Amino acid sequence: MSFINYSSREINCKIVYYGPGLCGKTTNLQFIYKRMNPEARGKMISLATETERTLFFDFLPLSLGEIRGFKTRFHLYTVPGQVFYDASRRLILRGVDGVVFCADSQLTRVDANEESMENLRVNLREQGYDPDKIPMVIQYNKRDLPGVASLAELHALLNRRNVPEFESSAATGIGVFETLKAVIKLVLIDLKKGAR
Amino acid sequence: MNQGHFIVREREYEEFLGILRKLMVDAFAKVVFLVDKNGTLLASSGDAAGFDTTSLASLAAGNIAATGGLANLIGEKEFSILFHEGERDNMHISVVGERLILVVIFDRRSSVGLVRLRVRKATERLSLVLAEAIAASNDPTGGIEEMTEADIESLFK
Ligand SMILES: Nc1nc2c(ncn2[C@@H]2O[C@H](COP(=O)(O)OP(=O)(O)O)[C@@H](O)[C@H]2O)c(=O)[nH]1
Ligand SMILES: [Mg+2]
Repeated sequence: MSFINYSSREINCKIVYYGPGLCGKTTNLQFIYKRMNPEARGKMISLATETERTLFFDFLPLSLGEIRGFKTRFHLYTVPGQVFYDASRRLILRGVDGVVFCADSQLTRVDANEESMENLRVNLREQGYDPDKIPMVIQYNKRDLPGVASLAELHALLNRRNVPEFESSAATGIGVFETLKAVIKLVLIDLKKGAR
Repeated sequence: MNQGHFIVREREYEEFLGILRKLMVDAFAKVVFLVDKNGTLLASSGDAAGFDTTSLASLAAGNIAATGGLANLIGEKEFSILFHEGERDNMHISVVGERLILVVIFDRRSSVGLVRLRVRKATERLSLVLAEAIAASNDPTGGIEEMTEADIESLFK
């Protein structure tokens, strides 16, 4: 649920990066943080364990300029990927406006991706969303590694909805901004529809 | 799909602000914030410039969400008041209606009892304004519906 403040003329939207543990969600946010103009981004917060696994969430606020006199702000969140943090994932999905599903392209992670996608759909439904309608893009990450599944295979496994999809290598930043831009566009188009 | 927007117009914003200002004074607080449950700052009163308000809003919402999860585990609906005591400053966090969170930061010049008392009063008034804002959110006007693809594209130039 986006929050529109007519008094300060601001639109606020929430975008959640979802996906199995270690697929590269935090890395996406870190790269965005590094590359964004400091005026356009706030502080990045990571609630992580001592070994840098996300414990509750990462948070990165962005402000991207104005549309029709409204400042646009996007709050990016990641969820902890490990199976046993499901309760936290559900909380973070509350009020979400758009989802980036980050998949780990490695062959060894095929099952983890599928499980995580199914878990996303269940949790979205639980929050009152239709998982077939919420603005979503898919990112196939770690394309730089050997032993990755083909795009066709990943598409068949994860993208039955046929949403926009991107190859990436978040560690070096390839595909990170393409993914972000695509989800922001979908969120704003959805916002416009909702405003009618 | 869209769960709809939460829209705050000038009118409700000014009303929120008025209530926050009064709470600030009556509770001898240093600063008070009104935050959306999704983690966005809505309004503040007092010396907010000294704080990273965006981070504060997100973490306060995370705090309420996490303790709400704990509450469910023991069969409670939510913990509607959280109190964090620091060496110098204290933080009182409470839920307002279904959507908002009120954060009060205060030091030795006030006390938790007084803050709790004043927060209760302010919450009643904030809830009324919130209800107006929610009613207005179902009937939005004001330019967003006119946004074009070109407008969206312009963000990325
Ligand atoms: N080779 C490679 N490693 C990556 C890539 N993206 C992330 N990683 C690494 O994968 C590990 C887990 O990443 P992280 O972002 O913490 O995963 P998260 O659990 O999804 O937040 C880290 O060591 C990253 O450096 C990538 O595109 N290629
Ligand atoms: Mg992480």
